Amino acid sequence: MSVALYRIDDRLIHGQVVVGWGQSLKAGFIALVDEAVRASEWEQELYRMGVAASVEVRFAGVAEAAAQTGAWEADPRTGIVLTADIATMAALCAAAPSVRRVNVGGIHFRPGRTERLRFVYLTEEEAAALRALAATGVAVTAQDVPTAAPVPLEAFA
Amino acid sequence: MSEAIRGVVVTHADLAAALVAAVRAITGDDGGLVAVSNAGTDRAALARLLEGAAGPAPAPVLVFTDLAGGSCTAVAATVARGREGMRVVSGVNLGMLLDFVFHREEPLDDATARAAAAGRDAVREVGR
Repeated sequence: MSVALYRIDDRLIHGQVVVGWGQSLKAGFIALVDEAVRASEWEQELYRMGVAASVEVRFAGVAEAAAQTGAWEADPRTGIVLTADIATMAALCAAAPSVRRVNVGGIHFRPGRTERLRFVYLTEEEAAALRALAATGVAVTAQDVPTAAPVPLEAFA
Repeated sequence: MSEAIRGVVVTHADLAAALVAAVRAITGDDGGLVAVSNAGTDRAALARLLEGAAGPAPAPVLVFTDLAGGSCTAVAATVARGREGMRVVSGVNLGMLLDFVFHREEPLDDATARAAAAGRDAVREVGR
């Protein structure tokens, strides 16, 4: 198996990830790539709380994640890698060229963002960052739950 | 007698509003419960909604969330960590809320433990 999903989701580990994707993919591990969470044992405990004991949760900063991507891809279990924002995923992709596909799973409204999809709101800069990521050869699509059809980047950014 | 606890129900989609409506239908009153949905929110926006529904600290607030591993619980736990007089119980169900609305005057820690126990007690295998 390998990493089945590299996902940008500002809620990080939550219902859609644990129940929707986790059950569907039969995920054996979730890697949460976020510098702030990596530095906070309390937040790590919070994110571990709702994940089944059979699913390992790993926490990493971008550099650590890039160094471990090969091992994650070679892991016999199915994995999910999460970042909360586009910048972190772009940094991971730049540092780990083996990441070739990115799922935009949930980026919610904030002032300055406009609705692109029901579950994707972007500023112009964020849209440009996604296009720049795609220009490097990474396949970028949007899909909130596994039963939905993936939406091509051209339709939302 | 303690100050009456405010209950805030924070869930996915419209579940919170439906649960509060069910409490109202059964008891004739919403029992001090306020419904909050995570629809369309990121963590920061949901935290603001919860803080608004909870009112000013340190008035006692018990937050009921749905999935233990969901964003509602994560946000509620984060808000409660930084605020005096707020507790969180996950796995909300109607039995839990109905018990809570009749025991809102108990001390907050007692009411929190009681709500969790009532919620667990409401889950039973029946019919055989």
